[in-house]
Amino acid sequence: MLEIRNLHARVDGKDILRGLTLSVNAGEVHALMGPNGSGKSTLAYLIAGRAGYERTDGEILYQGRDLLAMNVEERAREGVFLGFQYPVEIPGVSALTFLKSSVNAVRKHRGLAEYDAMEFLKVVREKAKQLDMPDGLLQRPVNVGFSGGEKKRHEIFQMALLEPTLALLDETDSGLDIDALRVVASGINRLRDPSRAILVITHYQRLLDYVVPDRIHVMAQGRLVKSGDKTLAAELEKTGYAGLGAAA
Amino acid sequence: MAAKVETLETVDSVTGDYKYGFVTDIESEMAPRGLGEDTVRFISEKKREPGWLLEWRLRAYRAWTKMSAPEWANVHYPPIDYQDIYYYAAPKKKGGPKSLDEVDPELLRTYERLGIPIREREALAGIAVDAVFDSVSVATTFRGKLAEMGVIFSSMSEAVHEQPELVRKYLGSVVPYSDNFDATLNSAVFSDGTFVYVPPGVRCPMELSTYFRINAAKTGQFERTLIIADAGSYVSYLEGCTAPMRDENQLHAAVVELVALDDAEIKYSTVQNWYPGDKNGKGGIYNFVTKRGACRGRNSKISWTQVETGSAITWKYPSCILQGDNSVGEFYSVAVTNNRQQADTGTKMIHIGRNTRSRIISKGISTGHGQNTYRGLVRVLAGAEGAHNYTQCDSLLIGDKCGAHTVPYIEVKNPTARVEHEATTSKISDDQLFYCRQRGLNAEDSVTLIVNGFCRQVLQQLPMEFAVEAQKLLGVSLEGSVG
Repeated sequence: MLEIRNLHARVDGKDILRGLTLSVNAGEVHALMGPNGSGKSTLAYLIAGRAGYERTDGEILYQGRDLLAMNVEERAREGVFLGFQYPVEIPGVSALTFLKSSVNAVRKHRGLAEYDAMEFLKVVREKAKQLDMPDGLLQRPVNVGFSGGEKKRHEIFQMALLEPTLALLDETDSGLDIDALRVVASGINRLRDPSRAILVITHYQRLLDYVVPDRIHVMAQGRLVKSGDKTLAAELEKTGYAGLGAAA
Repeated sequence: MAAKVETLETVDSVTGDYKYGFVTDIESEMAPRGLGEDTVRFISEKKREPGWLLEWRLRAYRAWTKMSAPEWANVHYPPIDYQDIYYYAAPKKKGGPKSLDEVDPELLRTYERLGIPIREREALAGIAVDAVFDSVSVATTFRGKLAEMGVIFSSMSEAVHEQPELVRKYLGSVVPYSDNFDATLNSAVFSDGTFVYVPPGVRCPMELSTYFRINAAKTGQFERTLIIADAGSYVSYLEGCTAPMRDENQLHAAVVELVALDDAEIKYSTVQNWYPGDKNGKGGIYNFVTKRGACRGRNSKISWTQVETGSAITWKYPSCILQGDNSVGEFYSVAVTNNRQQADTGTKMIHIGRNTRSRIISKGISTGHGQNTYRGLVRVLAGAEGAHNYTQCDSLLIGDKCGAHTVPYIEVKNPTARVEHEATTSKISDDQLFYCRQRGLNAEDSVTLIVNGFCRQVLQQLPMEFAVEAQKLLGVSLEGSVG
């Protein structure tokens, strides 16, 4: 699904990724951990296609294709989803309108009929029920006045609607209290699927108590320094990043 | 929701050429080129006007010869040669058409191409369309039904003959013939327009709508609209415009006068989409319009809503004179300038009566080399005890070659008045664009979505059908603003 080979990248003239190699298969959930500044978010933005993130060497293959040759919206329509660490406000545009535009853009690309207003409302209500998403949130302008927890739940909700093949969740657990964390985690678990790869970027192992990953990778200074199964989280808990030689 | 989809589809489908740019070949009956007392007499005679109206026109003409074009607005254009303009053109036709069947089929086809199927609108939308083609009304619908309720909805020319007392009483009573350069010119040479009278206590059962269209080459368009809402009545009026592509600048100097008596309400909505000129600023309409409403009665209300996306230059300040105690004036505006477009627009709220209230919401969007100025006056006179104004001016910039300017004038002569003014200037952030695109929208659709959100407070004031049209227009007008 996702095949990253010897990736080097630079932001604002600064080398951030220095030879990162990682592969995630369909049906797997991987967790990417590491201290601040290790390059986790840079990797997510590079995969999603944010301007200013420049690959200097190596490659990213997505379903066997050169991902970096596609523009931002093409990647999204091909099933790459980024759950934002800091979701962006769009004043005056209701979440519902935003979601419908988004879902229809993706459906159109996949050769599916676009939803009309009534159909979409039905789909949304269904999903909202499954994910325990308060209805009122979707009537409000995108992320405007949302609490930290609401923003993250909204991201997970978008992911559920868009049904991506590759989901990147960038610190989706940051700033959540334990109840919100549980809700977000159960949203992610619900989306585990044999056809879907999920890469969870997180600072802390506490999310991994709820979303149990198939693999855990520890990143430092732009590359992976250690990979292992779910037991690696417990080890990290004891030793910290420093114990793994992964201090920033 | 549906509107959104349509907006996006429209953006997809438009290739950057002005969508409504074509010319209909209909023989015009023209006044000789240029302006003099003869021209004024020619127009008045053509319309078989009574003596008092000719005299009024001539007074205006004489006043106009002593005036000069205003220079204070933040717009720039070469001087207009007023002697090089045709002041009157009418589609050739003997007698007025009684129904659509009598209308020149070529005209009807023009409307079809503009997406204004009159028949469909009659049947489906419940809108009465008084279609102004060039300068003379050629199709008027639903008049029978309106007449049953006592609502008069006719062309100005007809009203001059059929409602002489009303016209004589109110014409020029809000915008006097000597008001300003362009309004005075209009008073001298106005060709036609719309007249509406809603009798006491009547709530007009449908949105009244007129589609204006400038056609014959080098014909200035001088519309004159007069709407009177008698005591306790309500009327909503929609004005929408498109124009064919032209190389030469065309002058449009319209005058709109509204009068609301006790407890009456007038809602006036405009979607203006005249040819803005090409990417280099060649061609395009000069839209120099005087719009003013008088809240004469107690508890009366006048609400202006405008979406201005067209014209090379827009110069207009739909205003409210709040005479009656407790009267309310509102101004909701979206103005878009792209490429070389210039807009200097805003409003005037004149508080005269006690407890008068006004609300101004202005959204200016600039992209390309567009220049967008909000200019607004809030004046509270000494007798306006307890007056209250709220003003919000927001500017949105897309790109770095455009400009936004805010010029508020506030004059308060009563110590009990409250006047609030808020203004913001923002840009569409890279973060917003990236967020939308990461969700599958292309860059242009993302901008359209963000801009529609920015304008929401204004768009939601529009009647449903108009809101749809306005959203489409925003998408089309922003064409080429990113990438």
